[in-house]
Amino acid sequence: MSEKIAPREAFGKTLVELGEKNPDIVVLDADLAPSTKVSYFKERFPERFVAVGIAEQNMIGIAAGLSTLGFIPFATTFACFASRRVCDQVMISVAYPRLNVKIVGAYVGLFVGKNGATHQSLEDIAIMRSLANMVVIEPVDGLETKEVVRFASEYDGPVYLRIGRDPMPSIVPPDYRFQLGKGLVLKEGSDVTLISSGIMIEDTLKAASLIEKRGIQARVINMSSLKPVDEGLIVKAAEETGKIVTVENHNIIGGLGSAVAEVISEKFPVKLKRIGVRDVFGKSGTNEEMKKKFGLRSEDIAEEVVSFLES
Amino acid sequence: MNKGITEKEKLEEIANRLRVKVVKMIGKSGFGHAGGSMSIAEILTVLYFYEMRIDPENPDWEDRDRFVLSKGHAAPVFYAVLSERGFIPEDILSSIHQVDSSLQCHPDMRLCPGVEISTGALGQGLSVAVGMALGARLKGKTFRVYALLGDGESQEGQVWEAAMSASKYKLDNLVAMIDYNKLELSGRISEVMPLEPLYDKWTSFGWHVIQINGHSFTQIMNALDEAKKVKEKPSLIIAHTVKGYGVSFMEDRVEWHAVSMSPQQVKDALKELRCSTEEIEVTLSEMKEG
Repeated sequence: MSEKIAPREAFGKTLVELGEKNPDIVVLDADLAPSTKVSYFKERFPERFVAVGIAEQNMIGIAAGLSTLGFIPFATTFACFASRRVCDQVMISVAYPRLNVKIVGAYVGLFVGKNGATHQSLEDIAIMRSLANMVVIEPVDGLETKEVVRFASEYDGPVYLRIGRDPMPSIVPPDYRFQLGKGLVLKEGSDVTLISSGIMIEDTLKAASLIEKRGIQARVINMSSLKPVDEGLIVKAAEETGKIVTVENHNIIGGLGSAVAEVISEKFPVKLKRIGVRDVFGKSGTNEEMKKKFGLRSEDIAEEVVSFLES
Repeated sequence: MNKGITEKEKLEEIANRLRVKVVKMIGKSGFGHAGGSMSIAEILTVLYFYEMRIDPENPDWEDRDRFVLSKGHAAPVFYAVLSERGFIPEDILSSIHQVDSSLQCHPDMRLCPGVEISTGALGQGLSVAVGMALGARLKGKTFRVYALLGDGESQEGQVWEAAMSASKYKLDNLVAMIDYNKLELSGRISEVMPLEPLYDKWTSFGWHVIQINGHSFTQIMNALDEAKKVKEKPSLIIAHTVKGYGVSFMEDRVEWHAVSMSPQQVKDALKELRCSTEEIEVTLSEMKEG
């Protein structure tokens, strides 16, 4: 397996690459550049880097204003601030007027260093998914992040990117091209389908291997396009494998599990198990401690899947 | 301009027409933000007929000056000035607040020509204006950006975030104006949440601050001229105004923030605004039909 790359690292470097080609790309930062890795852009293009200080609401408004002049602003901060803190600014100044602003939440879900509940984002997908005109994407690895940032820069309209903090093994194939509204089958299987995104993909794939040893063939889907989700792929999975399990680094209310439930309950009802944070707030600690506390280790996922299939 | 009519008289006539249009819109639609529309009629008149480089024939002209109505609820008078200046036809004004109208209760940039940014939830427009002013500099453009804020709106924290950033970036192509009519929805500003000392606050945030009577055309024009000469700093014009200005029974009355108007009130208001008996009768009959 090739070297692990953190999505935020790929994000920061891709912004610079795109910035070389496109003078309209500008980056806004709310005092987290070293963490979100927009520090690379700041170094390369200081004149196109807008430091607003710790003032996320103003950042969204400035990004909106810049976009009206044809700029492609990437407004960057932690996911908790990029969603909760600026929800109304994103609705009024970006989503409602359908402006070409890219909102980037780095440090996502439970995995935010040891920053704990205040800095965890267990609501960002729910918030962003419910805003009309908004597109929501969570890439899994370095290559997909690169693809997704390229897509965001080319897509004309509001985009929310959920960018992970920690290094990930490479998951998508070398020739991968991101397409909005398309999921990717990472492993074929006919007994059950596991759908996940972002950091949880790694543990979901491991869980699929664990249950394979017990004779269960699980299909695994990377659903990086969280809005719109790939309805066709979800319905196909429901038809072909029956039960579906979602695994998400988010509250099970409003996130990937909900998105999948919305599709199958309307189009092809099958039983669904949502694995994720069960409507509680997080804690501080390492990623491993988080996964253990909230039942998100590969062995926890495997156990849940097995008992779900037996139920 | 007609012979014998001075510039000031022409502006006065326009501001009066804006108020007439506001009364008709609110009368016919059965709802509207009256007080905060009336208080900015002179300011909008000066911006659209004296100050701004704009072209109604070409609303997307890239070098145009930008105007942001941060106090988006003053949409009636905004639509009135956009029609007066030729951005939208006058006959759509009576469709305000209707489901399929391009004149929504708060301005929608995707529906109404001449609206640079959708606004409505207070406190957000100045940040957008900062982005426009910053972008103008990045693109090497010389256009200017104007943002009009409510006084109550200045209670929103985001306004002060924006104030800091405009000052940091030395945006001398940005002029913010505050419609200081001293009232907000639920009462007197001084009682609900005092803003004073407003001049000192903005000065300490690094802005060039000018205080004027917001109903004096000369003072508004002079303030805008002065702002053009200021270098390396954004300018703020504190425009002291009277909420509901121009219609005696609306003036300085908190209950005229967002209202419906009875036929009698419409009649009285239009009379004060020097409308002919015939014009008043037409309006009243249209109200009945509506």
